[in-house]
Amino acid sequence: MSLRFSFDGRSYLGEPGDTLASALLANGVRLLGRSFKYHRPRGLLAAGSEEPNALVEVDRGYGARTPNLRATQVEVYDGLVARSQNRFPSLGFDLQAVNDLAAPLLSAGFYYKTFMAPRGAWAKLYEPLIRRAAGLGRAPDVADPDHYASRYAHCDVLVIGSGPAGLAAAVAASAGGARVILCDEQPRFGGSLLADRSARIDGLAAPDWVAAQVGVLASRPEVTLLTRTTAFGWYPDNMVGLAQRLTDHLPEPDPTLPRERLWQVRAKQVVIAAGAIERPLVFPGNDRPGVMLADAARTFAVRYNAAPGQRAVIATTSDTAYRAALDLQACGVEVALIADARLRADGPLPAAARAAGIRVETGMRVLATRGRRGIRVAIMGRIDLDGRVRNREWVRCSLLGMSGGWTPSLHLFSQSRGELRFDPASETFLPGASAAAERSAGSCRGVHGLDDALADGAMAGSAAAHDSGFDAALPAPCHVEGAAQAGWTSPVPARRKQRRAFVDFQNDVTSKDLLLATQEGFHSIEHVKRYTTTGMATDQGKTSNMNALSIVAAELGRPVPAVGLTTFRPPYTPVTFGTLAGYSRGVLFDPVRTTPVHGWAAAHKAVFEDVGLWKRARYFPRGDEDMHQAVARECRTVRSAVGLFDASTLGKIEIIGADAAEFMNRMYVNAWTKLAPGRCRYGLMLGENGFLMDDGVAGRLAPDRFHVTTTTGGAPRVLAQMEDYLQTEWPELQVWLTSVTEQWAVLAVQGPRARDVLAPLVDGMDIEAAAMPHMSVAVGSIVGVPMRLFRVSFTGELGFEVNVPAGHAQAVWEAVHARVEALGGCVYGTEAMHVLRAEKGYIIVGQESDGTATLGDLGLGWAIAKAKRDFVGKRSLDRADMTAVGRRQLVGLLTADPACVLDEGAQLTEAAAAPVGTRSLGHVTSSYGEATLGHSIALAMLADGRARLGETVYAQRPEGAMPVRVVDPVFLDPKGVRLNA
Amino acid sequence: MLLIPCPICGIRPEAEFTYAGEAHIARPAEPASLDDHAWGEFLYARTNPKGDHAERWRHTHGCGRFFNAVRNTHTDRFITSYLAGTARPHGTPSAASPDAPAMRNDTEQWGQA
Repeated sequence: MSLRFSFDGRSYLGEPGDTLASALLANGVRLLGRSFKYHRPRGLLAAGSEEPNALVEVDRGYGARTPNLRATQVEVYDGLVARSQNRFPSLGFDLQAVNDLAAPLLSAGFYYKTFMAPRGAWAKLYEPLIRRAAGLGRAPDVADPDHYASRYAHCDVLVIGSGPAGLAAAVAASAGGARVILCDEQPRFGGSLLADRSARIDGLAAPDWVAAQVGVLASRPEVTLLTRTTAFGWYPDNMVGLAQRLTDHLPEPDPTLPRERLWQVRAKQVVIAAGAIERPLVFPGNDRPGVMLADAARTFAVRYNAAPGQRAVIATTSDTAYRAALDLQACGVEVALIADARLRADGPLPAAARAAGIRVETGMRVLATRGRRGIRVAIMGRIDLDGRVRNREWVRCSLLGMSGGWTPSLHLFSQSRGELRFDPASETFLPGASAAAERSAGSCRGVHGLDDALADGAMAGSAAAHDSGFDAALPAPCHVEGAAQAGWTSPVPARRKQRRAFVDFQNDVTSKDLLLATQEGFHSIEHVKRYTTTGMATDQGKTSNMNALSIVAAELGRPVPAVGLTTFRPPYTPVTFGTLAGYSRGVLFDPVRTTPVHGWAAAHKAVFEDVGLWKRARYFPRGDEDMHQAVARECRTVRSAVGLFDASTLGKIEIIGADAAEFMNRMYVNAWTKLAPGRCRYGLMLGENGFLMDDGVAGRLAPDRFHVTTTTGGAPRVLAQMEDYLQTEWPELQVWLTSVTEQWAVLAVQGPRARDVLAPLVDGMDIEAAAMPHMSVAVGSIVGVPMRLFRVSFTGELGFEVNVPAGHAQAVWEAVHARVEALGGCVYGTEAMHVLRAEKGYIIVGQESDGTATLGDLGLGWAIAKAKRDFVGKRSLDRADMTAVGRRQLVGLLTADPACVLDEGAQLTEAAAAPVGTRSLGHVTSSYGEATLGHSIALAMLADGRARLGETVYAQRPEGAMPVRVVDPVFLDPKGVRLNA
Repeated sequence: MLLIPCPICGIRPEAEFTYAGEAHIARPAEPASLDDHAWGEFLYARTNPKGDHAERWRHTHGCGRFFNAVRNTHTDRFITSYLAGTARPHGTPSAASPDAPAMRNDTEQWGQA
């Protein structure tokens, strides 16, 4: 059954099991992309996830468009729509290919050197131009329509990679019943075995042996098998992040299925069997379509039955490319030449190649390639010791398979903080000492032959099972026949003096760029990386880092380990934001806290604002009122009649125990010992550094019981500070702390008629001023519901705060609201609450104060019980800076124009003109338009503010400075007549 | 995500905990008796060693208890944990040991030489 798909609008047929890369190759399509900087035509370099060139976007058609996918990982399904990227107007004819002619201008550090002046032009002119010209795919322009899943998992052994070593490890590790997770980024398990046409393992062809092993694993109940799952990152204590792709390969996925799933796996032991990546050779023209890694060409031919070319030249510095040549020949590709840059090639594979009639030349390299949109000729030759070229030869070919040896994949090992060890013989880094409970197996630690890798994997799997507490007998070794026996040989360094040759294909970094960087004084590989951008593309240099390192080391005349290796960071391959976000989007992005009256408020058209995690009703517009009109009406109603306000978000802590008053004395600046039960006090809490931390009213319910309130946002911080001192400094105190924020709903009834509202509802309690003066608390009931009634005010009016159990809040609210309405009152929101308290000069912690305001600065020094021997922060108050002249103090401001509303945060200056460098005297902390006083008001923190009462300073605004008169922060009823009514 | 050994609940993931600074810095019994410099040292001066570090954690989303732990700031590994108010266990190198020199102690020890 063939699958129909499209690429750049043209329709093609593929086969089940194809990737977009293999299917296009089988259809003779070799040009798959344009390069990042020079817009050079590019084809496939690799067959796996390391592919740097063939980046495509896949369009699902419902807004699900994914850019920058590697064609080698996109599975073909019926109806797949894919497009190339970074070309205009088309892939075959790209206008920006002129960049390639301008290449001498676009060398390393080009951006830094060229776009220096004028300042400011970078953001407006250069960067947008460069971003349009260079770059990868287009970012999606609509919200991601797909959904994503995530889960945690625990296992005894996590095996990463399912090639020969990984499969053998998983089978061995799970034999004794250990919980094993095996993951692989490919759609099928087997890794390199899926492209092995000669080996027989225990009498089975390699793919059949893979199927048998997967069958064994599937039959074990403790084994979890995850294909299409990339282990992308290693996090502390053996937590490994896996990204599982669930629906991208399906023609018509069930829309209820998540597209991808994030696994956070906590593994007792990990076996890394990540394999190795073939290294390209560095020669001029090495990026032409048709030039690819030798083993990638072999894999396309053997595994996908997709011929990468008709006539091949193989250029190599190692034996494994001979296997590629033999397999390609067996698949019907004519192999014209194997050019081995080494002077000798005597292993079994070279011998087999010669025996198969393939022409083998040693000491021969690629000098250049020719061909417009794909290779047509490889120019070969020998270079003698004085650098002269001999035996120049033009070889016609449509495929150039190159191999510069293999680079073990150390990404996860390095992320686990394992030490890398340089092996000079193979010129590779290998895993050294482990830092985590992990072990590497197979070619990712330089063990390459099939039988060696199988044995290494089995040993690692059984050792991992043993170390996680399971019986782990080593399984009998596999019997392997016909496997390629590749020698591991030293790569030959690239020629130093040569024309432009690509090292990093994805970021278009050439050998010349690297040499230039070293000439300009960049001698650390980390600096070279940042200057040239080598290894910084989405492929993170999987095919380029080692070549770049070799070139830089050779140029500097230093050994490779001395130049160092750039840091491996997650993710191994790009991970979608959707996978990382998982369920955490929309309403699940953050918890939402609502009060018990929230539904009522929503039904009464409240406009809500976010305060921390809370949704708070900001104002309740009537008719077509805007916010200012609604807030002004709410304020006037409170001042003239009565208002009802939902204060349930206030933090509440119950402090109980024989030493409760002593504890309060130590935590707060105030004196609590003599506060009688039934009375309240405005408590102020400092940090040990002496600055204001939080405020709130505390009521004493009994000698051993306080009901403490905190600011809405400060509740967790206050409780944590209390717990800290109680647990670690004063564990001898008999005190228990309980958060009761969610247990008590709070209805604030404020205004001259507040008592009239509540009197008929409170079940016979006496709430007259004599029985309940300002700052008192009583326990009783309201409409039959248990209540703690506080007489407190945050408006300057006669006020009560009705605390009732949250479950009864709505019923009580409705009863109180009916009374409020009957007496000409209304509900009000947080905005009116802010205006009303500012008119009275009451601060909000975090608005008037920041972390550097003292009580003295805020005019609250009166609250400090100076006779107390000690309380948190007391000693700091005596430091010289805390009482220094020039500290900013809380003042009120009246604008010259009473209609002018200053911006909160506006700077205050001595003079109207404020040239650059003018010293700020302070800033506006709160500012509100006219509500009940006939003019706007503002609060500010002003240097020596209390000494400046009556003076004029200037508030800076974009439209010009506004003169403001400095006044007392209490704008209304300074004697508290209304408060004490 | 780190695994942290709570001395009460056992090994739990980092997300359940809150860091609370260096351990074994007792609040002076009589703060008023300290001069400004000594009080400033108590408030702000910390050892910040590269190596083993005794520090406070709170199992906020668990038992709620503050406790002490020795963690190596270089390897990010926990060596041990113990209840608040108890001494640092024997056998764990202290911040002043040669393995993990602390700057303040260095000056005191070697300043005379």
